[in-house]
Amino acid sequence: MSGLAMPKPDAETMRRRAEIVADMRIIVPGEGVVDAAHEMRAFESDGLTAYRQLPLVVVLPETVAQVSRVLKYCNGRNIRVVPRGSGTSLSGGALPLEDAVLLVMSRFNRILQIDYPNRIVVAQPGVTNLGITTAVEQEGFYYAPDPSSQIACSIGGNVAENSGGVHCLKYGLTANNVLGIEMVLMNGEVVRLGGGHLDQEGYDLLGVMTGSEGLLGVVTEVTVRILKKPETARALLIGFPTSEEGGQCVADIIGAGIIPGGMEMMDRPAIHAAEDFVHAGYPLDVEALLIVELDGPSVEVDHLIGLVEAIAYRNGSTTCRISQSEQERLSFWAGRKAAFPAVGRISPDYYCMDGTIPRKELPRVLAGMRDLSEKYGLGVANVFHAGDGNLHPLILYDANVPGELDKAESFGADILRLCVEVGGVLTGEHGVGVEKRDLMPEMFNQIDLDQQMRVKCAFDPNHLLNPGKVFPQLRRCAELGRMHVHRGQVAFPDIPRF
Amino acid sequence: MTTFTPSTSAEVLSTIQWAAAEESPLETLGHGSKRGIGRPLQTEHTLDLSKLTGVTLYEPAELVLSAKAGTPLAEIEQLLAENGQQFAFEPMVYGPLLGNEPGKGTIGGVLASNLSGPRRLKAGAARDHILGISAVSGRGEAFKSGGRVVKNVTGYDLSKLMANSWGTLAVLTDVTFKVLPAAETEVTLAIRGLLDDAAVAAMALALGSSAEVSSAAHLPERIAAKVAGGKHGSDAATLLRVEGFGPSVVYRIEALRKLLGKAGPLEEIAGEASKTIWRDVRDCRPFTDGSTRPVWRVSMAPSQAHHMVMALRMQAAVDAFYDWQGGLVWLSMREDDPEADLLRGLIRKYGGGHATLVRASAPHRAALPVFEPQPPHLAALSARLKAEFDPKQILNPGRMA
Repeated sequence: MSGLAMPKPDAETMRRRAEIVADMRIIVPGEGVVDAAHEMRAFESDGLTAYRQLPLVVVLPETVAQVSRVLKYCNGRNIRVVPRGSGTSLSGGALPLEDAVLLVMSRFNRILQIDYPNRIVVAQPGVTNLGITTAVEQEGFYYAPDPSSQIACSIGGNVAENSGGVHCLKYGLTANNVLGIEMVLMNGEVVRLGGGHLDQEGYDLLGVMTGSEGLLGVVTEVTVRILKKPETARALLIGFPTSEEGGQCVADIIGAGIIPGGMEMMDRPAIHAAEDFVHAGYPLDVEALLIVELDGPSVEVDHLIGLVEAIAYRNGSTTCRISQSEQERLSFWAGRKAAFPAVGRISPDYYCMDGTIPRKELPRVLAGMRDLSEKYGLGVANVFHAGDGNLHPLILYDANVPGELDKAESFGADILRLCVEVGGVLTGEHGVGVEKRDLMPEMFNQIDLDQQMRVKCAFDPNHLLNPGKVFPQLRRCAELGRMHVHRGQVAFPDIPRF
Repeated sequence: MTTFTPSTSAEVLSTIQWAAAEESPLETLGHGSKRGIGRPLQTEHTLDLSKLTGVTLYEPAELVLSAKAGTPLAEIEQLLAENGQQFAFEPMVYGPLLGNEPGKGTIGGVLASNLSGPRRLKAGAARDHILGISAVSGRGEAFKSGGRVVKNVTGYDLSKLMANSWGTLAVLTDVTFKVLPAAETEVTLAIRGLLDDAAVAAMALALGSSAEVSSAAHLPERIAAKVAGGKHGSDAATLLRVEGFGPSVVYRIEALRKLLGKAGPLEEIAGEASKTIWRDVRDCRPFTDGSTRPVWRVSMAPSQAHHMVMALRMQAAVDAFYDWQGGLVWLSMREDDPEADLLRGLIRKYGGGHATLVRASAPHRAALPVFEPQPPHLAALSARLKAEFDPKQILNPGRMA
């Protein structure tokens, strides 16, 4: 683990491991408790495979009552808990801790209710993202957020990470498509937020839970909005001699009032890697390749295709293909969707970053990345959710070369600093986890971070749920609660009043 | 009794630091257009944000706008309109319903009360469009959350937490919202003469089609005459709004006609006339009568709400109309009694949801929970959260109680 400090294991918990395992077996009978090292190996990391750690014990509950009892038991005995969905996090959000129960929600895998008149699905958190669409597609419906891991990632994990996907420019993120959840707090209390109706009463705790990376509560049920599938979708594949022209084309499309279903850009290294891999027919003599997908009724799609084509031409596109069939549309996407494995073919390892920037800063950030690439002596390929400014630089390295992982991580950190410098953020959709934890001060000052930690204190005052993630330095809630103001020390404010 | 009128974020900070040190509660106000919602406050001092104004960043191509919290909503909407853009969540204006001037309300108030409108169904509420905030907590600390980009999962989303917090957690100084292109064309298809249950079925059918209906409301008989100055008559009107590019709107309206042709007589209302109807639905125009008779805003699952209304009518004299495919019910009590327990009991019976007493006399607001009471565990969690932001209870104390 390249220098990542995790919370020090609690000696008392480690000493009582056998007793804790036995108690877990009472709470979750049957096959739901795994404590043999070779069997726990499957859970030692998530999608961020550079970090590995065996947990204290793996527990796979089947009922809300079991989740509640496990958490209450751990809360009472000061035992840490790390929740896990499908384990596809790219930021180490589900990385186990040596002294923590790993609470795996994969057995919560049933769809509880499909309600077409109200267009909602109620699912257990272990149902996969794609599983929701599969359950309703025979009626022509789907669940809109589509992270690229959608075949495997769980809807509970999507809530924890506020997952996006290529279609979130038009259809929103997880936060915009979840109507309600049931969750269990660290003290074992079961709480419902929202439901089949719109807007939660009181504070928007649903909004805070979405994207909270498993630090506030364990989700045991999710209610999502489903949508009717658009009648049709077509795509344009547009090449530009420079990324500036590609970026201006994106700005002009949006300026014309068009919000495409998806708008993706790739740079030259990514184009070449993808084309070598899947032979999608991508042009190899361009610096930027833009895929613009328009969906809706065919009359609308045809109308907008014409507008986008004209905008592309005005911005100096050197190639513009328009899909004439569903097969051709899918072929445009084939290279983009295979971009990660394609880069994996040309480099022994790659490290995927996830910053978001104001779109207009793309040329500056790409130029900065080229300089950093030279400085570190590592290659970089870029795929970019162009519509919303979410950038995925893939840093090429070889883990077998001593020091290269460290170098790749430093390169990545510099890229994220650059994103923040131009007005962007550290992570658009992969989460902070352990990966970007120590970069949080690049974006937030101590007061900002303290206020976030105080939210944590309202949910989990003992910092037992998923500690070591998101926050670079945990501060005790009692310390955070202190107020450092005293009567008479603050002057009566010298501002207009009457 | 002091009214502070800061014009900079630093002045807001020093005011709250002073109030925190003195443990002296403040009532926070923008224009006060929604002051009548919530339990009446009796604070010694007032924090008036109406001078904390100005759009600080607007980049139409980046779909982003930032403003100081006291900036008038009307001013921002005018600026957006000049650039062919809008807040897609269509924030309602409460003033006239509550007996205040029209056209008032600040952008901070939009977030603090999580405003939305008929397009909530498709486009979400203020909570779905807020990108970032700067605020001062009741601890007297200035903090920020979020940013200016749409895709951002860096840290907890404290911006969303400000939505519907009614100034009880922190005082907003700056907000950054996502903005979107305004639709080129809008047409409303009205089905006339339906009863509530048939209207709800028709709206569900329309929303379940690929016609991308952006709003669906049902105005029962007589209520229909109270929008758009009565020019569309008093027959019940079930309204479906379709927005977008011209050719697409024509096509989708035609698809809806085919789908709903047997439901009842159909009318098309286009352009400004359509916009007027939806503005009136948004602002609860049918119950804007200059009185203080109780008005409830109820959110339930769309298929359930009209059953609740039917059951309520057996025991109380009410007028009702529906937005959000039937899921948002505006209820006006004909007598002065809000019937809070009866209504909330029926909401629970019909699948749950929540009711807010948005208009009522001060004695009713002091005596009844204006906002939906929460189950004990959730109420305790909310109270802990409030204490983490405002341990001395100096920000709008009791307003949401």
